[in-house]
Amino acid sequence: MADNIPFQGTQEQEKKLLEVIAQNKDMQGALLPVLHEAQEIYGYLPIEVQQMVADGLGISLSEVYGVATFYSRFSLTPKGKHRISVCLGTACYVKGADKVLAAVEKKLGIKSGECTADGLFSIDSCRCVGACGLAPVMMVDEEVYGKLTPDLVGKILDKYIKEEGGNQ
Amino acid sequence: MTLEELNKIKNEYKDIVKVRKVVAEESEKLAANTQYRKQVLVCGGTGCTSSGSKKVLKALEEALEENNIKDVLVVRTGCFGLCSLGPIMIVYPEGVFYSQATPEGVKRIVKEHLVEGGSVVKELLYKETVKPDGTITPLLETNFYKKQRRIALRNCGGIDPENINEYIATSGYQALAKVLLTPMSPDEVIKEVLDSGLRGRGGGGFPTGRKWMFAKASPGDIKYVCCNADEGDPGAFMDRSILEGDPQCIIEAMTIAGYAIGACRGFVYVRAEYPIAVERLKIALEQAREYGFLGENILGSGFSFDIEIRLGAGAFVCGEETALMTSIAGNRGEPRPRPPFPAVKGLFDKPTVLNNVETYANIAQIIRKGSQWYASMGTETSKGTKVFALGGKITNVGLVEIPMGTTLREIIEEIGGGIPNGKKFKAAQTGGPSGGCIPAEYIDTPIDYESLTAIGSMMGSGGMIVLDEDACMVDIAKFYLEFTVDESCGKCTPCRVGTRKLLKYLEKITLGKGEDGDIEKIEALAEHMQKSSLCALGQTAPNPILSTLKFFRQEYIDHIYNGKCEAGVCKSLIRYEVIEDKCRGCTLCARNCPVKAISGAVKQPHVIDQSKCIKCGVCQANCKFGAIRAI
Repeated sequence: MADNIPFQGTQEQEKKLLEVIAQNKDMQGALLPVLHEAQEIYGYLPIEVQQMVADGLGISLSEVYGVATFYSRFSLTPKGKHRISVCLGTACYVKGADKVLAAVEKKLGIKSGECTADGLFSIDSCRCVGACGLAPVMMVDEEVYGKLTPDLVGKILDKYIKEEGGNQ
Repeated sequence: MTLEELNKIKNEYKDIVKVRKVVAEESEKLAANTQYRKQVLVCGGTGCTSSGSKKVLKALEEALEENNIKDVLVVRTGCFGLCSLGPIMIVYPEGVFYSQATPEGVKRIVKEHLVEGGSVVKELLYKETVKPDGTITPLLETNFYKKQRRIALRNCGGIDPENINEYIATSGYQALAKVLLTPMSPDEVIKEVLDSGLRGRGGGGFPTGRKWMFAKASPGDIKYVCCNADEGDPGAFMDRSILEGDPQCIIEAMTIAGYAIGACRGFVYVRAEYPIAVERLKIALEQAREYGFLGENILGSGFSFDIEIRLGAGAFVCGEETALMTSIAGNRGEPRPRPPFPAVKGLFDKPTVLNNVETYANIAQIIRKGSQWYASMGTETSKGTKVFALGGKITNVGLVEIPMGTTLREIIEEIGGGIPNGKKFKAAQTGGPSGGCIPAEYIDTPIDYESLTAIGSMMGSGGMIVLDEDACMVDIAKFYLEFTVDESCGKCTPCRVGTRKLLKYLEKITLGKGEDGDIEKIEALAEHMQKSSLCALGQTAPNPILSTLKFFRQEYIDHIYNGKCEAGVCKSLIRYEVIEDKCRGCTLCARNCPVKAISGAVKQPHVIDQSKCIKCGVCQANCKFGAIRAI
């Protein structure tokens, strides 16, 4: 579905990106820092944004695309309003992170890497947020939830669904 | 900044910080010298922040204000190590340890303990520290801390990482002053590091002093110092904790390294997934510049050095040294063949020293206290200490630092507090996706580079995942292979194709479709990958399989030839059964079964219809009588 979402960048976003490019242009190895900032501004890195970065830094689009697709932190598709990230690091895995992920997927009816049709939630898995003491954990946006069970996952997500006025 | 000014700050803050380092009686005397009657340390590391330490801190500050208490110092520190008990709060001079603190609990602690003439709220203390007769064990005398020797972690949980003065109070920047103002020659600095026996803590174990020596010897005007904080092993958080708890010690060490090899720029390559560490490091860099420990003409010595932060973007392979430098240069983080080694041709093709965070965390103390002091700890070939992130099925999940040579048994049974829920210890996994496991029969193995390599594991960067009898070793190996398949950069064929093929074999085996000859094929492929992969990622990717094959071969044989998963993990090989004697007929399982595969009358033993069962395990998880087993 993500491929069908048209690029909706604003002029304000573009202005910010151009500022970032101007600030970093002369730095050795500027591409990664610029892509980090660009993703911060747009939420993801669609081809339009990659083109602007390529033009701004005077490098080819293929080089930007190569880097943007190499690193897992960069996303070429938009994420949900609430980004759910289930940790599948070792400490979480041995404490049942696979069951947590399955519960999240079941609850939202989408798979890891996907975004719900209403654009509210997206699920990803990640490798270790460093909160191994609370394993298994997941993050919803910036909030970390620890010592999870499949039951608890349902309750946590219900809270967000309720806030959004929905009943998924 | 001059040496006099540095010493003045040290003296000014010395007692405030020392209050937290000594036994209660002495601490009390020291506290009397300061303007603070009490000090409250709240952990602001990632673990405790995730368990809500920000709310606790806010409640604490509000409650102190409400009660008009002005002579209590609140310090937000880095990680104390006992992450599973967070949020953690420690009150000095008593040195008492409140665990799992809540905003409500904190209000009570302020009213009953922190007020003038108050006394410790025993119910809220970490229960291990309160003896049955009511006496309290100070934190440092608990089993968790007693056996530890904190060198790299010396300030983690002990100082405010956002206040450079507290670092200076713990003799911070004295090593840099010694190097630049004595002055020590670069060769003398390198010799000191070499003589200490310090070896790379990122996993490789290469002598740090030799690395520096090579980089210094390389011709060229421009050289770089890099810090590897791209802690990729899932389940390891030593480097993050050091950056969060004591960022100045890394800055000091990198500056010393810069002086030793003749570099004037440094880079810290840190995971973007570590926002708190990045933020604290930024603050620390600003403060260090402001005080003149970074920048032009440091301490008036004529030596100039500065450090930049570069964020990683989620690629495990970037922990490999050549890939890391390629990434800092703004490219896809792919490794390249060595030689040339980074000491000759590294970042931007210039001679470069790259060390891991924990390695740097030892440097200032080695310079200050001398190589002999450091070399007096540890074993013949592995000197000093090692930090481990203890995780998995262990009571005290957290961060520990032990002298090299400590046995695995001491770590697991004494420091770690054993395996929870009465389960049996099966193995400890070290070295993450590049490492292997140490089985129960080797629990008395001393932890050092050579001993771990000898049994087919490795020191690794410090992740230590404890597995109990519930773990299926084939499944664990599969977990690591899934990881390396995801993270293989794809540049060389042995790794790109080899990891996928290995994973396919493991998937087959865990699905009960393993065939005669699979084990032998795995072993042959593994050998090829070890010999022909470009970088350590591919060379070591087969280790999790090889080491489980070495110690748990029977489990592979059971999966392939006997259609059995002893641990009951591999769904295709198990079935759930009701143990008739134990079933009370409470109907809970039947009501929770998502496919209605369980039937039976109330108060009568239930039965699972195997043709309907999808092996989800909900029945077993819900049964209160342990009446459902997986076989």
